[in-house]
Amino acid sequence: MNFFLQVFGNPELYASTLAMATPLALAALGGTFSERTGVVNIAMEGIMLVGAFFGVMIAVLTHSSLLGLLAGMVAGIITSLALAWPAIRLQSDQVIIGMAINVFAGGLTAFLLNTVYGYNGTPTNTPFLPTITIPGLVKIPFLGQVIGQQNLLVYVMLILVVVGHYVLFHTNIGLQMRAVGEHPEAAATVGVSVVNIRYLGVSIGGMLSGMAGVYLSLGLLNGFDVNMTNGRGYIALAAMIFGKWTPFGSLLSSLLFGFAIALSISLQGYQVSANLVGMLPYVLTIVALTGIIGRSRAPLADGIPYEPSK
Amino acid sequence: MALLEIAGLRKVFGQVVANDHVDLTVMPGETHAILGENGAGKSTLIKMISGLYKPDAGTILFDGALRNFNNPREAIVAGIGVVHQHFMLIPALTVAENVVLGIHGGWGRYDRKTAEEQVSKLSKEVGLPLDPTRKVEDLPVGMQQRVEIVKALYRQAKLLVLDEPTAVLTPQETEDLFEVVHHLNQDGIPVIFISHKLDEVRAVAHKVTVMRAGKTVFESPVGSASAQQLAYWMVGRDIVLQTQRDVVQSGATVLSVNDLTVFDDRHTKKVDNVSFAVKEGEIFGLAGVDGNGQTELVEAITGLRKLAHGSVYLQDKDISRASVAKRIEQGIAYIPQDRQRDGLVLPFSIADNLQLREVSKAPFSKGGWLQKRAARKHAEQLVEEFDIRPRNVDLPVGDLSGGNQQKVILAREMARRPMLLVAVQPTRGLDVGAIEGIHKHLLALRSEGRSILLVSLELDEILMLSDRIGVMHAGHLVAVYNNGEVSREELGLAMTGEITAKEAGA
Repeated sequence: MNFFLQVFGNPELYASTLAMATPLALAALGGTFSERTGVVNIAMEGIMLVGAFFGVMIAVLTHSSLLGLLAGMVAGIITSLALAWPAIRLQSDQVIIGMAINVFAGGLTAFLLNTVYGYNGTPTNTPFLPTITIPGLVKIPFLGQVIGQQNLLVYVMLILVVVGHYVLFHTNIGLQMRAVGEHPEAAATVGVSVVNIRYLGVSIGGMLSGMAGVYLSLGLLNGFDVNMTNGRGYIALAAMIFGKWTPFGSLLSSLLFGFAIALSISLQGYQVSANLVGMLPYVLTIVALTGIIGRSRAPLADGIPYEPSK
Repeated sequence: MALLEIAGLRKVFGQVVANDHVDLTVMPGETHAILGENGAGKSTLIKMISGLYKPDAGTILFDGALRNFNNPREAIVAGIGVVHQHFMLIPALTVAENVVLGIHGGWGRYDRKTAEEQVSKLSKEVGLPLDPTRKVEDLPVGMQQRVEIVKALYRQAKLLVLDEPTAVLTPQETEDLFEVVHHLNQDGIPVIFISHKLDEVRAVAHKVTVMRAGKTVFESPVGSASAQQLAYWMVGRDIVLQTQRDVVQSGATVLSVNDLTVFDDRHTKKVDNVSFAVKEGEIFGLAGVDGNGQTELVEAITGLRKLAHGSVYLQDKDISRASVAKRIEQGIAYIPQDRQRDGLVLPFSIADNLQLREVSKAPFSKGGWLQKRAARKHAEQLVEEFDIRPRNVDLPVGDLSGGNQQKVILAREMARRPMLLVAVQPTRGLDVGAIEGIHKHLLALRSEGRSILLVSLELDEILMLSDRIGVMHAGHLVAVYNNGEVSREELGLAMTGEITAKEAGA
């Protein structure tokens, strides 16, 4: 009983949950935008890696973590265009391109890390994204310890989820995105440009995945390391599906996965096998992807290339 | 002044002339029916009016200007609203979202409330009350059609085109639709009503234009044309070319279908208590307009669909519940309607396709190993016998012409000397030469004393080949005639449901 209270009664666990959930939620939100327009995005893992690397590189060069953040987002968009162009223009298989981007990004960032920074890795004096303290809120017991003081991007993520929900369900552009992801032919007959909308969706996905990567390298951890995403892109994919392709759903399931990660970290101090506990988030991912808990329905045209009529 | 004036419209696909010399004039406030059999060119005409196809020749004058639509959007902007047979709706979105989609470009806020109010108001005004907040996927088909009509009217359509609108409706929904059409006419909006059902055309339209073989052949006010006259124009006045058919003594019953009832995937009754028999050495032609239960009937006979009630016997064996493989073994061969989807594996070679059905048996395989030489030999024989061109058996069938693809299927199915061949639209989309070849083979099979159940939408084909003709309408076998004892007009009337439950010479 004492043990449970020690673990689950500790606000640190929940603060850590939020921190761990942030990169997942950002990428999952991005994936939601991509797949809502009908482009399957499994490239989040690779895009996060690219974003993480260029975030560090530009932050080191300019001594500004915010410029690093911007660079990571731009790198994310550019990488996502490598998915968008063949998927939309050439009507290629989106899963295969996504896979190729992931493999390529792993190799590219490892190569750049060695070439630019050599054996020692990224400099230890890299400027990191600021931690924000919310006055007032931080004073509230327990709750304040959980969300009163967090990294800048944690708050940005929470805002983006709300904005994302509004855009997707309460704006014309969002309506067009959902229409294109469900039935592009019908959307086209009423004058919606399927191609432009899909580019937009994939780019938003790339931007947010890039942001998630920067959070990893300039927020959660210090610096870039080879394959530092460690499968988080795939967990984000699971969070998106588990969240039924909605922003709030993505956030909630990201929190669930974040909790599993945070728990596995906090349990490491106790007499539990670290390897066993470390599996927790991944086991949860598999469970989510098999659809055992509540089947969710993907956008109907998700992953199906659109061919304009002759 | 006419709202729509079409003159000399022509559209050619490859060697097929889909539309030729098509003329159509639609006045404001009238309902103009376009009547014709399947393949008469109605859909092609509609696709040209709605901007999906570009005409090869001829003019479209709409609302006082010469139109040359590059895409459907331009036709919508001009004021042409089309309700396609397959609805262009997004199931996961609400009624209101579907109606206003694409109108308000831009990025701004989607004003759900205003949109819903507008849609609700408009739908009531035109007599098609709709709940704008419901998701389209939760609506019955009749309601979905209303959404399409309201969508067109919301876009300020000056002309509404309904492509086979009653095909998916219940009788009550059909009545409601007619009301709406009258209502629209009163508001000055003309409706083009595409149909192959005589009774409906007479119930709803002011004027009728009949299409046959890609041409408009007849135009008249509905009141001054009799059903017989329309049926006559619809099925054509060409004299049937009499193919030489030797008289074969009809022998024992090969296939007997008893009180068969079949449902489709949507649990609608498509075959209703149908009974008939096919005898040895007989071609039994099944005529009817597409979608009157022929597909489901054939699927029940070949084992692709479960039967709800009744039985199917092959000779004296009950095969009602036998598997497809079992039925093949018992001697049923099958030429499916869609040769590319169901009949062939397009990337496979001619030789592989020809051995496909019996690949697990000798001589095509031994102990699980393919005997390529046997397959080649078999294929080379058939390619010669059925004149499949080119003669290269290693060629993927996807590279062959439609006629030669069909010959591959025919060769595969006939090589087994089946007791019963079920042929669905065996000459669909083929040129005259290829059609003749297929017909010759079918008649040859008959001369050997085999039986054929021929399903075709082409009345000419049915009349040319069949010994007896059954007509299906709305799931019923409404009549069975001996060929030669029935006129085209009579058949046409039976197909459209004007004659019911007439038994002749069965």
